[in-house]
Amino acid sequence: MDRSFKEFSKDVVIVNELGLHARSAARIAEIAGSAKSEVRIRKGEEEVDAKSIIDMLTLGCAKNSTITIKIGDYDSDINILNRIVELVESGFGE
Amino acid sequence: MSDTDPREIVLKGIGASPGICIGKAYLVDKEGVDVVKKYFVPKENLLNEKNRFKTAVKKARDNLHKVIEDTPEELRDHANILKTHVALLRDKMLYGKIIEIIEKEEVNAEWALRKVSADLQATFRKMADTYFRERATDIGQVSDLIMQNLMGTDHENIKDIDKRVILVAEDLSPAETSQIQLEKIMGFVTDRGGVTSHTGIIARTLEIPALLGIDRATSIIRNDDLIIVDGSTGELIIHPSEQTLVRFVKRRIEYEAHKAKIARGNHLPAKTSDGAVIHIMGNIELPEEVVSVKNYGGDGIGLYRTEFQYLSRSDFPSEDELSDKYRDVIEVMAPNPVTIRTLDINGDKAISRHPDSLEPNPALGLRGIRYCLKKPDVFRIQLRAILRAAAGFDNVRILFPMVSGEEEILEAKVILNEVADSLEKEGFNLSRNIKIGVMIEVPSAVIMADTISKEVDFLSIGTNDLIQYTLAIDRGNKEVAHLYQPLHPAIIRMLKRVSDAARENDVKVFMCGQMAGDPVYLPILLGLGIRELSMSPLGIPTIKHVIRQLKFEDTERFAESVLRQTTAEAIMKLLKDTYGDILFQKNNIQATDQQPQ
Repeated sequence: MDRSFKEFSKDVVIVNELGLHARSAARIAEIAGSAKSEVRIRKGEEEVDAKSIIDMLTLGCAKNSTITIKIGDYDSDINILNRIVELVESGFGE
Repeated sequence: MSDTDPREIVLKGIGASPGICIGKAYLVDKEGVDVVKKYFVPKENLLNEKNRFKTAVKKARDNLHKVIEDTPEELRDHANILKTHVALLRDKMLYGKIIEIIEKEEVNAEWALRKVSADLQATFRKMADTYFRERATDIGQVSDLIMQNLMGTDHENIKDIDKRVILVAEDLSPAETSQIQLEKIMGFVTDRGGVTSHTGIIARTLEIPALLGIDRATSIIRNDDLIIVDGSTGELIIHPSEQTLVRFVKRRIEYEAHKAKIARGNHLPAKTSDGAVIHIMGNIELPEEVVSVKNYGGDGIGLYRTEFQYLSRSDFPSEDELSDKYRDVIEVMAPNPVTIRTLDINGDKAISRHPDSLEPNPALGLRGIRYCLKKPDVFRIQLRAILRAAAGFDNVRILFPMVSGEEEILEAKVILNEVADSLEKEGFNLSRNIKIGVMIEVPSAVIMADTISKEVDFLSIGTNDLIQYTLAIDRGNKEVAHLYQPLHPAIIRMLKRVSDAARENDVKVFMCGQMAGDPVYLPILLGLGIRELSMSPLGIPTIKHVIRQLKFEDTERFAESVLRQTTAEAIMKLLKDTYGDILFQKNNIQATDQQPQ
């Protein structure tokens, strides 16, 4: 592995009022579902599976929390990562 | 019903609420939902079992899609929730986990679903934010959809049972009983629990028979079995024979008739034949119980135990929360008195639930007023809550437990005054008519009753602890339990001492222990000058009924001869000889209140 960890992950701030709630988690899971590698979300010490709505909900992310989105394979899934970041930054279009 | 006639089985449990009911059993699990049986699936059938689960999920998905399609545009929010449910159906943490459990544990799909769903719901319920906490409901709803498809359509749900049944469960806890439509329930049977459990309280409030602590009830009883519950004797009969049925139908009629006869006098005052009025009050633990105190004709609340709100939670209740609960009780009972006893446990322990922090001898440890004085912050919050709830009413009394002498009272009063001053500074308009009293349950407080009386408005004798401490008997210890004697001459003399001290100092003397709720002791208590008795609400009608048959003048003379006796046995004989026909009636409903007061 010569790529550094940075290339596989991005930090993003939750901007929508409701935080990472069920509907928004469902949209992340939908995108993450088509990734070939693992997609994970970390908040503080906790890390969850971005393909599972339930797992994401257990993070309890309120507005203004910072999360880190990680992909397991740069080449196949960088687009997935970018799409999720964009979605979160746009406040899930709410 | 099977073809072979099943054998009659008789089991014995704790009668937590009296009465007799005969009906069909309905099994529910701990959460108050229908019992899901666990069974093992042989390896070669595991693939089938997983497919059965997948089909159930697919069906649920198809149903949801159809509902979403049929949802009109203006209900889009609702459709969005359903769309989330569709996504949840296939979520790894639910779907994936269930398949994994079926495979690994070789169990049926229903059981795996139940297990995974319960764990997830528990995780969400623990979350701090309300929004996330409520996601437990979504998990529950999605699981229900799958469960319905797994169990088939002929399966009945507890939420829509349309016949009256006897509920059989391992145990039921407060949140769980709230899901059940209680008007459909004829009686309760549980594996665990005792007289003071939540199920017991609910059953007594609703006046339906309850049998608790029947070890294997849920494994022996099957859905739809005909069972008889006798909450008065503690008997449970499964598959009763024809003769047994006839016998219990007769007993039920007798019991109902007796209850009706006594109930007719519920709301009349408890007045002796020569006109002495005794105030009969109720002991409560939950605000809801006020209803039964009123129904049974109680003249007020003689003991409101406030520990419940400190139990089964991870933090201390807030001032507002406490105040709301107290206010409920005060408002409903007004103008009748409400006696609020301050915290009588070690609050830290109740909340932390650390088994290793247990004191070796909690009965002699840091509890009651000792704990409160050591933790003035906790104490202040409760006192503030009481004072705020009492504002605008003049029926509130504050009762300090476990007092052993004067200093504790003085200290508690200083804190109470400080709290009152600061509330007034904050702009609260407090009631000026709050009575202060102490529990007399530690022997030293009996000895000092004369000086203690000068510091308070009333004394309340807590007999359970007083007897335990005086005779050095732990009632829970089988080796010595028989030596726990309320009629021990030492106890009678103590009651006399307290009553005399109160009279000389012109303060009132009440009793709120178990002795107060048992008709057997009435002639002695009346004769000693105790004019207010507080008991489990259920015991009120019988006590009132018995008081009406007594003559106050006679009891005074009777108490004098009781005081001359030297053994508990001699006192009991005297009681039987003098009052046997009144006090030892069959069917007398006793107040089964086994908590330390």
